[in-house]
Amino acid sequence: MPTVHFTANLASQTAAPVCQVDGATVREALNAVFTQHPTLRSYVLDDQGAVRQHVVVFIDGTAITDRQRLADAVLPNSEIFVMQALSGG
Amino acid sequence: MSTKLYLGTRKGLIEAERKATGWHVTRISFLGVQVPMLLPDARNDLLYAAVEHGHFGTKFHASHDAGASWEERACPAFPPKPEDMPEVINFVSQQPIPWDLKKVWALEAGAAPSELWCGTLPGGLFHSLDGGASWQLVESLWNDPGRAKWMGGGADWPGIHTILVDPRNPHRLLIAVSCGGVWESTDNGASWTNIGSGIRAEYVPPEQIYDPGIQDPHRIAWSTADPDTIWMQHHNGIFHSMDGGKNWREILNANPSNFGFAVAMHPQDPQTAWFVPGIKDELRVACDGALCVMRTRDGGQTFEPLRHGLPQDHAYHLVYRHCLDVTADGRTLAFGSTTGSVWISENGGDSWERLSADLPPVYCVRFG
Repeated sequence: MPTVHFTANLASQTAAPVCQVDGATVREALNAVFTQHPTLRSYVLDDQGAVRQHVVVFIDGTAITDRQRLADAVLPNSEIFVMQALSGG
Repeated sequence: MSTKLYLGTRKGLIEAERKATGWHVTRISFLGVQVPMLLPDARNDLLYAAVEHGHFGTKFHASHDAGASWEERACPAFPPKPEDMPEVINFVSQQPIPWDLKKVWALEAGAAPSELWCGTLPGGLFHSLDGGASWQLVESLWNDPGRAKWMGGGADWPGIHTILVDPRNPHRLLIAVSCGGVWESTDNGASWTNIGSGIRAEYVPPEQIYDPGIQDPHRIAWSTADPDTIWMQHHNGIFHSMDGGKNWREILNANPSNFGFAVAMHPQDPQTAWFVPGIKDELRVACDGALCVMRTRDGGQTFEPLRHGLPQDHAYHLVYRHCLDVTADGRTLAFGSTTGSVWISENGGDSWERLSADLPPVYCVRFG
């Protein structure tokens, strides 16, 4: 099962615990997290479901490339990190 | 007299209270996070705040205890854009207007209990009938072909910054858009008409100068005693309407300046209004480095700068459109600047006292 981690800054705003979820893409993995924690969704994704401009998502150390559809593949043992980008703020 | 003042700032929501010794800052909520808009809702003693995280977007919170504690409610959000819906192109940037909330820029109580209206960048108007538990995009306005003329004024995207609900007719609304002029609905938002004959723009080709759909009203205000009388602080002038916003005359005798963002009207006296002037578009600072509030008490026949208690030497404060408020009795006023000062007057603007000079940039000032 992939593991999803969230930046501590996000966890200080709303419930954002480490989650182990099913998913073959980052979209599927994050949707599984949002099912458990629905408030978290709008902190990570914009109104059209793309990754927010100042949020970056890593899979096993590499930033995802498909920020609109989040189709990047996730392996069963992947570590997904949702971080704040070094911008905005 | 109101005894609570709420300030939305670059670094949180700051409260001040009137005590026996005067006004004092008492509390901050959402420390470190932008609060571009708030609404103390006297109907049910609720306080609403739009909280804009730099990374994680805008969230909507409500407090039942005047800011002591908060709960997160739904934030206005655009629905998924239908794939067959053509893009509306911002003609300045030639970029499509996003179906994505960028900023909450207006928040007002509707006529029904728990009814709220919310204006946003990039130009969406949202409606809630349950105190912000859920929101609906007002599609009649979002889908109006006139929106294609809207453009950003200072921001990248157009924004709805003023929402007025007619106290005589709860189904009549006026909104103002930077830059998209003034729009009227007489059926509680089901349909809209772009109104505003006589408003003049200096920033478009000659044939478009009086086009009501491209105007930049920085702020409009009416008196609850006479909602047909409306003042507009526009990007390049001050305009006055006495027929509910249909026709406007330009004011040419402002003193010291016709530039600024904020305007407030006396709730009971439609002859009285206040502005906070700056020099002009290209010089957005107080005139001559001397801060003043400008007041008319005769419906715009004359204007007077009010300076007592305000800094008059090397003072370069700018006051944004939501940063001037007046209490229901028309006596107590407050305004806040982009350089973190807030002043309060308890005599209609005749004299002012500074609440603080040490606050973050101020985005919104409202009495509770």
